[in-house]
Amino acid sequence: MKLQKNTRLALFSVLEFASDPTRHIAAGEIAQRYGVSSHHLAKVLSELARAGVVESVRGVGGGYRFAANARRLTLMDVVSLFEDLGGEPSRREEGDDTPVGRALAAVLSEIDEIAKATFSTITLATMLRLIERQRAEASRAAPARPGAARAARRAP
Amino acid sequence: MAPAPAIRVRPARRGDLDAVFAIDARVTGVPKRDYWLALYRRYGGGRDPGRQFLVATADERVIGFVIGEVRDWEFGSPPCGWVFGIDVDPQARLAGVGTRLLQAICDGFRRAGVDRVRTMLARDNHLVLSFFRSQGMMAGPFIPLEMDLSR
Repeated sequence: MKLQKNTRLALFSVLEFASDPTRHIAAGEIAQRYGVSSHHLAKVLSELARAGVVESVRGVGGGYRFAANARRLTLMDVVSLFEDLGGEPSRREEGDDTPVGRALAAVLSEIDEIAKATFSTITLATMLRLIERQRAEASRAAPARPGAARAARRAP
Repeated sequence: MAPAPAIRVRPARRGDLDAVFAIDARVTGVPKRDYWLALYRRYGGGRDPGRQFLVATADERVIGFVIGEVRDWEFGSPPCGWVFGIDVDPQARLAGVGTRLLQAICDGFRRAGVDRVRTMLARDNHLVLSFFRSQGMMAGPFIPLEMDLSR
C-alpha cells in the first residue's frame, strides 16, 4: 500500500518530534532532511498543530515540539488527519453492483480492515522502538564508515 | 504513599482459578468456569515446559495470567510458542504486569527449545494488539482464515 505524500511527511515529522519531546525543531531542518519544500511542510505541521499533536514555539530557537502522548498516539491518529484510509468510496464505479464487483469489494475491504488494524495498534512509542531496532541492525550490518554513525543518529 | 507491591510470576495453582475466572469474566463479559478448569487440568502445574499456565501476583493476590504452549509443525511451521490467553485485572494495568507475564512465558518457551512466539487475536482488539506490538511482535507469515459453516 502507499500513503499520500503529506501523510508520509506528517509521520516523518511526528516521529522526529516524538524522538525527543523536549527539543524544538525548526520546520526548515525537517524539510532539508527529507528533501521537501519548507512551504509544503509548513502546511503539514500546521495541520498537526491544529490537531494538538505538535505545538509551535515562538522566538529564537523556535519551531515545533511534540505535544501528544507517544504511548497513546497511534499511526492511525496521524494518518487519518491527512487521508481517509479505507473509507467508503466517494463515488460508485461501473460494475460495483455486479456479483464480480461485490466479490472484489469484499476482498478490498478485507485488505483495508487489516491495514486499519495495523495502523491503529502501533503507537509512536512502539514505532520509535522499531526505528531503534532498524538502526541497530543497520549498524551491525554496515562496517564502520566515518560519518555514518553521525548521519544515522540524526534521523529518528 | 506505600510502595507498590512486588509483582511475582509463577505457575498457576488450583487455588488461583477463582481469581483467573473472575478476571477473565470481567474482561470478556463471558463467565466460563468449565473452560478454565479444563485448561488447568491440561496446562496447570508447571510440569510440562511445552505447556504453560502462569499467574502474576502482588501481595499474594492474582492480578493477571498468561497461557500458552509449544505447537509443532502446523502447516509446516517449525515448533514455536503460542500465547492464546493473557489478561490483567483492569485495576492492576499500566504497571508492567502484562510485560512480566509475556517475558515469563517467553522464557519458558526458550527453555522448551523454541525461538519464536506467535499469537492470534481479533483485529478490533486494539488494546491487546497494541500491547503485543509494544513488546516487539509484528505480523507473522501466517494468515488466519475462517468460514461460516451455517451457510
